Amino acid sequence: MARTKQKAQSLLESEIKVAPITTFSVLSPEGKVVNEDEVPNLSDEQLQELMKRMVFTRVWDQRATGLARQGRLGFYAPVAGQEATMIGSQYALDKEDFILPGYRDIPTLHFHGYPMYQAFLWSRGHQHGGQIPEGVNVLLPQIIIGAQYVQAAGVAMALKKRNTNNIVITYTGDGGSSQGDFYEAMNFAGVYKLPVVFVVQNNRYAISTPVSKQTAAESLAQKGLAAGITSLQVDGMDVLAVYQAVAKAKERAANGEGPTLIEALNYRIGPHSMSGDDPTRYRIKEEPTEWEQKEPLARFRTYLEGKKLWTEEMETGVIEEAKNTVSQEIKKADQYPKMKMADLIDSMYETTPPHLEEQKAEYVD
Amino acid sequence: MAQLTMVKAINDALRVELSKDENTLIFGEDVGVNGGVFRATENLQKEFGVDRVFDTPLAESGIGGLAVGLGTQGFRPIAEIQFIGFIFEAMDSILVQAPRLRYRSGGRYSCPVTFRAPFGAGVKSPELHSDSLEGLITQTPGIKVVCPSNPYDAKGLLISAIRDNDPVFFMEHLKLYFSIKGEVPEGEYTVPIGKANVVKEGKDVSIFTYGAMVHTSLKAAEAAEKEGVSVEVIDLRTLSPLDMDTVVQSIEKTNRAIIVQEAPKQAGVAGELIAQINEKAIFHLEAPVLRVTGPSTVLGFPLIEEEWLPSPDRVQKAIKKVMSY
Ligand SMILES: Cc1ncc(C[n+]2csc(CCOP(=O)(O)OP(=O)(O)O)c2C)c(N)n1
Ligand SMILES: [Mg+2]
Repeated sequence: MARTKQKAQSLLESEIKVAPITTFSVLSPEGKVVNEDEVPNLSDEQLQELMKRMVFTRVWDQRATGLARQGRLGFYAPVAGQEATMIGSQYALDKEDFILPGYRDIPTLHFHGYPMYQAFLWSRGHQHGGQIPEGVNVLLPQIIIGAQYVQAAGVAMALKKRNTNNIVITYTGDGGSSQGDFYEAMNFAGVYKLPVVFVVQNNRYAISTPVSKQTAAESLAQKGLAAGITSLQVDGMDVLAVYQAVAKAKERAANGEGPTLIEALNYRIGPHSMSGDDPTRYRIKEEPTEWEQKEPLARFRTYLEGKKLWTEEMETGVIEEAKNTVSQEIKKADQYPKMKMADLIDSMYETTPPHLEEQKAEYVD
Repeated sequence: MAQLTMVKAINDALRVELSKDENTLIFGEDVGVNGGVFRATENLQKEFGVDRVFDTPLAESGIGGLAVGLGTQGFRPIAEIQFIGFIFEAMDSILVQAPRLRYRSGGRYSCPVTFRAPFGAGVKSPELHSDSLEGLITQTPGIKVVCPSNPYDAKGLLISAIRDNDPVFFMEHLKLYFSIKGEVPEGEYTVPIGKANVVKEGKDVSIFTYGAMVHTSLKAAEAAEKEGVSVEVIDLRTLSPLDMDTVVQSIEKTNRAIIVQEAPKQAGVAGELIAQINEKAIFHLEAPVLRVTGPSTVLGFPLIEEEWLPSPDRVQKAIKKVMSY
C-alpha cells in the first residue's frame, strides 16, 4: 500500500490499467532461439532428457487413450499438447519440492516419482492408486477443481515453518482460474509470502467452454496482480521457456520472496477426457491444425537436431522404451490385488469405530 | 406416446418450461453449445438463445449466487451443477442463502430456484461424481429434495420443481439417465412434489426406496414373490418433504417395513424415515424396520463400487429377516 500516491489528479488517473502482457518464450514454434539471454543453463544430456520425457509422454498418452477406448482404463484425461508445460515445470524442481496436481497432471507426477502402474490404478478407481510411495513428494491428483490451489498454501506454510528451502508447485487449468479457491490461494500465499509456484495451464478449454467465456480479463496471468504476487505468462509449448520461468520462480520462492503465478499457454489437442467428450461439438474446425503447428515436441526436436543432439534413432529408442514400459506397468496394474470392502471400511479412521466394525461383518463372507 | 430415456425426458421438461415461461433460465458449466456433459440441455441453447441458456465460468459458488440473485428478481433459474460432488463449492447458496430467504425476509423475497445435479453410483465415474448426498440436503429446512426413478416421473417432477416457488434440489441418477426407457407424454404435465408412488402393490412387507434403488428393490421383490412373500414397493420420489401418509397407509396394510437407499447408512433419509415411522406407525409394526444401505463410508471407488452398492441380494436377505419375526 505504501506506493499508493496520495492524490489522483482526476478520476481517470486513479483508474488502474494493466499493461498489455507479452508472452515469454525461448524457442519460436519453428525451433529457433528468440531469447538468447534466457536460454536455461542446461547440459546437453539435460536437454536430451527433456526431449526423451516429452516423447515418452506422448507415446504413453497415445497408449493410454487407446486403453481407455478399450475400457481398460477408467478416467483418463489426455495430455497431448501440454507436455512442455508438464515436463518443463517438473524438471525445474528438486525431489524434495512438493507437487499438488490436478487430474490431468499425471506425467508431471510420474517424473517426480509416482509409479505409472499406480496412475493406472488411480484411473481405474483403485485405492492403491492413491497410496503415494514414501519419499515421493506429491499429493493425489485432485478432482475438485481449485482445491489443490488452496491446499498449496498450507503445504507451503509447513515447508516455510520447517525452514526447508523447498517449494510447492500446484497446477490448474484456465477453467480452474475462475474458481474462488484460485483467488483465495494466491491471496493467502501473498499475505504469508509462501514459497508457492502457481501454474495455470491455459489449454484454451474447460471441457467445451472456451477461455473467452471464463473471464473478461485479457490474460489469466494478470489475475495474480490483485493478490500482489509476481505474475507472468509463458509459452507453454516451449519447454525451455517453461523450465526457465519455473526455475526462476522457484529461486525467488526459496529465497523468501514469495509466490509466483505462471500462466502457461498451450492447447489440449485431444478430447477433455475419454469419457464421451466430443471436441467437434465445440471447436472451430481449423483450430487443432493451427495448434499442432506450434506443438511442443516438433519445435524442440528441431532445436535439438540443429545442435546435433537428437536423431531419429534416439527417437525410435524412446518410443520403444515407452511402449514397453506402458505394457509392463499395465500388467502390473492388472495383477495388483483387488480392493476389499473390509479394507475400504478400515481406511475411514485410524481406529475403526464399533458401528463400522459391525457393518464390516456384513461384507466378510 | 414416445419412449424416452430419462435424460431425454429431462431435456423435454426443460424445453416445456423454457417455452412456457420466459422467466426460466438455464445455466451451468458446459450446458450451452455442448448441451451438458450428459446432453440434458441438448439443443436448448440453439432453440432458446444464449440469453436463456448459457455457459458459466467454472465456479459453482458463482452459479449458486447467480441463481439466488436472479431468483430474488422474479426469474426462475434452473442451475446445473455438473456432478453432485461439486455442490460443496455452492453449499452456501444451496443450503443457506436460497432456503433461508423466505424466512429471513418474512416472505418479501423467495427463491424459486431449481438446482439440478447428476449423482449415483454404478457407472464407474471417478470419485466425487456419484455420491448420494441427499442426506445433507434433506437435513436443511427450506429446500425441497426430489429424486425421480423413471423417465415419466423425471419430466413431471422437474416441471413441478421449476414451477415451485421454493428452492428445489433435483437429483438425477447417473445410472438411470440412459439405462431405462419409458413412456413420456408430449407437452406439459406435472407429477406433484411430496407424493410417493406405489410402484408395486403387496401385502406382507413394504419397501420404501427412491432413485436407482427402486429398480434394485423391484428385482428383490420379484424374487421374494416366487418364495411366496408379497412385497409392496413404494418410490418416495420426494425426499423432503416425505409423504408420510402413503408410508403409514402401506405399513398399516403390511405391518413390516424395509428402507432401501444407496446413500451411506449413517443419518440420512432412511434414518429420518424410521424416526417418523416410529412416531406415526409403531403400533402397526410386527418387526423392526430394517435398512439396506451403503455402508457408513464414502462411496467406494469404481473398482469396488458394485460391492459397495446395495444389491437385490442384500434386499432379499432383509426381506427374509423382516419376515422371520
Ligand atoms: C469443482 C469442480 N467443478 C466441476 C468439475 C467438472 N470438471 C472437470 S474438468 C472440468 C473442466 C476443467 O477445465 P480446466 O480448468 O481448463 O482444465 P483442463 O481440463 O482443461 O485441463 C470440469 C468443469 C470438477 N471436476 N470440479
Ligand atoms: Mg483448460
